[in-house]
Amino acid sequence: MLSFLREIWMFMRVRKKFWLLPIFVMMILFGGLVVLTKGSAVAPFIYTIF
Amino acid sequence: MRILGLSAFYHDSAAALVEDGRIVAAAQEERFTRKKHDSGFPHRAVDYCLAEAGVALKDVDYVAFYDKPFLKFERLLETYLAFAPRGFPSFVKAMPLWLKEKLFQKKLLKDELKQAAPDFDWETRLLFGEHHQSHAASAFFPSPFEEAAILTMDGVGEWATTSLAHGRGNRLEILREIHFPHSLGLLYSAFTYYTGFKVNSGEYKVMGLAPYGEPKYAQAILDNLIDLKPDGSFRLDMSYFDYCTGLRMTNAKFDALFGGPARQPEQWMTQREMDLAASVQAVLEEVVLRLAKSLAAETGQKNLCLAGGVALNCVANGKILRAGDFQRLWIQPAAGDAGGALGAALNAYHQFQDGARQLNGALDGMAGSYLGPAYSQAEIEQRLTAAGARFASVDDAKLIAETVDGLVAEKAIGWFQGRMEFGPRALGGRSILGDPRSPSMQKTLNLRVKYRESFRPFAPSVRREDVADWFELDADSPYMLLVADVVAPRRRQMTAEEQALFGIDKLNVPRSEIPAVTHVDYSARIQTVHAETNPRYHALLTAFKQRTGCPVLVNTSFNVRGEPIVCTPEDAFRCFMGSDIEMLVVGNCILRKEDQNPALKLDYKDKFELD
Repeated sequence: MLSFLREIWMFMRVRKKFWLLPIFVMMILFGGLVVLTKGSAVAPFIYTIF
Repeated sequence: MRILGLSAFYHDSAAALVEDGRIVAAAQEERFTRKKHDSGFPHRAVDYCLAEAGVALKDVDYVAFYDKPFLKFERLLETYLAFAPRGFPSFVKAMPLWLKEKLFQKKLLKDELKQAAPDFDWETRLLFGEHHQSHAASAFFPSPFEEAAILTMDGVGEWATTSLAHGRGNRLEILREIHFPHSLGLLYSAFTYYTGFKVNSGEYKVMGLAPYGEPKYAQAILDNLIDLKPDGSFRLDMSYFDYCTGLRMTNAKFDALFGGPARQPEQWMTQREMDLAASVQAVLEEVVLRLAKSLAAETGQKNLCLAGGVALNCVANGKILRAGDFQRLWIQPAAGDAGGALGAALNAYHQFQDGARQLNGALDGMAGSYLGPAYSQAEIEQRLTAAGARFASVDDAKLIAETVDGLVAEKAIGWFQGRMEFGPRALGGRSILGDPRSPSMQKTLNLRVKYRESFRPFAPSVRREDVADWFELDADSPYMLLVADVVAPRRRQMTAEEQALFGIDKLNVPRSEIPAVTHVDYSARIQTVHAETNPRYHALLTAFKQRTGCPVLVNTSFNVRGEPIVCTPEDAFRCFMGSDIEMLVVGNCILRKEDQNPALKLDYKDKFELD
């Protein structure tokens, strides 16, 4: 995972697309949840955050 | 230095092995797994390539993948953002797959490769090339040209959908690109979808259907869908398409423009579909011709190399050649994504490693595209015996003579010889052959042998030295990627009554001395056969010419509709027993249908999902 994050960072530097960073972070957080929980148990997490 | 090229995870995964710039082997995974357009990691294609070179994975210096997953993900995200919130349903469907798998392709590749070579440092030995750079490399580096202009066009890679490049020696420079969503390949695919065929595989059916129609909608396409500039650059009006945000290619506005919804697959074909096919084909040709013209002016080159899925549009290729902006044209036979594996390996060798490029005189580096597995006579006999086949082993002279006997008797003959072809075309290695002079051959082959739509034309193989006597072409077309007309003296003019026939009914009217390979507009998709690359097939054509005066044969791929082209002698035997192929020639073995055990007959017609 660490090498993956390093590569994403290098990618953003080379492409000069740092504005993608918050999207990546959100996606990895929520996407990870969606994948792990297969969609059904995501709602409680979202309620607690917002 | 050995470099293994890979393409995988989208469609048509493949592997190719390059040794000091020489192509040793290349094959598509679907041929081994028997799953059409197999997109999984190409385990078996890799195993084959390594076995052909007699090496193990640890003996390979680099592995090169044909595109860059992060760049593709960037395109996906930016597209969703640009169209938000419209693409939300598609976003929700696509993201889990990306977050689970596709974004981690490097790890996926490393894990797969580690299984075969656990001690290898994959962090430094795994290289990634851009999709269109891989296509351009597959078009230029194996070509016979020291210097050339390069044009690659496809659906989409990372961002690029069209690239114009210049190649010289072992270097290749991309000059200009057109980016997603503006894509010639996707425009053609939109019409493939709209005319009721499968996107990513039915495009060649649209091309085959075009000559039955009139380009009635071409102006509507140019006025509404595409903003085409004089230099061939273009933009699509995305309000007519759904592929950026939806799960279909076209939308309601597109339906309204062309007066109705898309045809459903297997629904009856009408003149409208034929006119739509003719229209999009005409527009594609116009765009490609303008791009070629501006590339010729920009680079000053007289040689052109083509690759990318659009380069399989041999009708457009023939028009580029006839337009005269370029004197010589070379098209990568595996122009689609499978060829990306080869391009990635060649790109890594020449561009990353600065490997020298050796030209081979007038010959290209593809060895006739016969880059797949071959079987020795002993192996063929052993495999056929194990499969329960009844066959006779004969010498070369008898093999050719008996095959010619079968062809003259209008039999459909399975022809399995030497190494398997790399790319979507059968070129006399894994082919079904027939007599092109027979007026009923096209129908027989389509309906009884291949189980496919009756409108689809067949292609001729002709000896290179005879091509100009039969077709309006005097150039090499070894990979069946150029279309030209049958020469006028060999055509048969239609009567007024025949002229009035509608669409597909015209197909049954003989058009020339070789009706089985002459399309309704007198065109033919030509393969020139060269003694240097396929001596046995050349000898067969020579013998057929001696017997009949005709150096042309019908050549179609050895498979039924929806089935990958056969790879092994067993595949060939199964296809033979499952279709109306009457005679099978494998190496020096001859099999006749009437001699076979009837219990081994198979029902092949509905065995494969339609393409």
